[in-house]
Amino acid sequence: MCSLCGILGGNEHWADAVARPGVYTRTAERIDRRRERARRVAIANRVLDAFGLSISDWQGSSFLLSTRTGKTEIIEDLGHLWPAAERLAGRPLDPLAETLLDRLEANRHG
Amino acid sequence: MADAFPAFTPVTLLTGFLGSGKTTLLRRLLADPALCNAAVLINEFGEVGLDHHLLERIDEDMVLLQSGCLCCTVRGELVDAIRDLHSKRERGIVPPFDRIIIESTGLADPFPVLSTLKADPVLRHHFRSSGVLATVDTVNAGTQLAAYREPIRQVAVADLLVLTKADIAEAGQVARITAMIRQINPDAPIVLASDDVISLLEDTTTCRAEAMQSPGGFYCDDPGPVLAGEHSGRIRSFVLVSEGTIDWTAFGIWLTMLLNRHGDRILRVKGILNIEGEDFPVAIHGVQHLVHTPVHMQSWPGGDRRSRIVFIVDGIEPAAIERSFDAFNRLGVTQVAPRRIEEMQP
Repeated sequence: MCSLCGILGGNEHWADAVARPGVYTRTAERIDRRRERARRVAIANRVLDAFGLSISDWQGSSFLLSTRTGKTEIIEDLGHLWPAAERLAGRPLDPLAETLLDRLEANRHG
Repeated sequence: MADAFPAFTPVTLLTGFLGSGKTTLLRRLLADPALCNAAVLINEFGEVGLDHHLLERIDEDMVLLQSGCLCCTVRGELVDAIRDLHSKRERGIVPPFDRIIIESTGLADPFPVLSTLKADPVLRHHFRSSGVLATVDTVNAGTQLAAYREPIRQVAVADLLVLTKADIAEAGQVARITAMIRQINPDAPIVLASDDVISLLEDTTTCRAEAMQSPGGFYCDDPGPVLAGEHSGRIRSFVLVSEGTIDWTAFGIWLTMLLNRHGDRILRVKGILNIEGEDFPVAIHGVQHLVHTPVHMQSWPGGDRRSRIVFIVDGIEPAAIERSFDAFNRLGVTQVAPRRIEEMQP
């Protein structure tokens, strides 16, 4: 269900497209879907950590986005992740910001 | 009745700056039998002058034309007008149209119309954007693109560009305007209004599919090395080329984060990606905040296996996008290869 509009099965984010001919998705097989969700959590956390946030899988259907003080929101997909993260962080989350990129690059080297 | 129309009705948006010949084109479309199964949403009946095409008035806002085309005015919200059309089609009150064409006002940014279709909980199950057609006034586009922001955005998001008034333009003007709009939109087909626009309108996605088969994977052979000049100010296009593979998970995280923060300034993003672990490329296509469903291509166009992503941006430095892309991609990929930005000074 889309947590924003309350419509069952109504939401299709491009990164989680429903499997159909010609469409690229990793949701076709259950194992692929779970693996993709696990990778998404791992990679997103490396970015979110810079803003004092973290994400975890919730029952294979949603994600829990939390601050370090425990404030938490349930989010559905990547489309909802960043607006929610900005709300919780109380500031814009800019992937072009030099401070973020310096940090990601430094972590890579170190 | 349910079988009479497609599961997803394609919706084409017709846009163009004030006086760019949008209404003239629309008048031609409305009278053409080729659009006998279309519903056209326009701003005002009076503007188009439908009287001599009228077959039947369905209600205050809806008429059936002799061509078979259904024509409606939009009084309130566009979303309500499309829902009304959908409801009437389901109940058999109007003919089972198989496509919708929406006229936008000359000053409108086309994006909200596209996002309406994608975001509305009812419409997104029945309608799908099939592209944006933008009219460009061959005589006046040079001045308009220099003076106003709206026509630049309209050209940038267009899937099909129609040059109007070419018959009254000076010699060489078509080539000049074509070169100018190519700098803003390197990838959309450009046709003259006198050409067979209707067949191209059938589905602008067909053009996209054809383009994907071209050696470069885009409509133009080489969409990359272009950069908008003075006429368009901060709007510029560039192509990000990556020699190595792209991590799909990291790419999704990066692009959604980028569009969330800068979507209003990323007018278009379109690319062919060499995804790690996949034999064939994945094509992505987005307009501002909206990204279409990724297409898994059946083969590589040409022999070039590099990932190529075209961006049309408004006031964002290509180098910043390139650095950000790389930093995020390295969070996922196992092997990192060189990448670069291709652009050319005008």
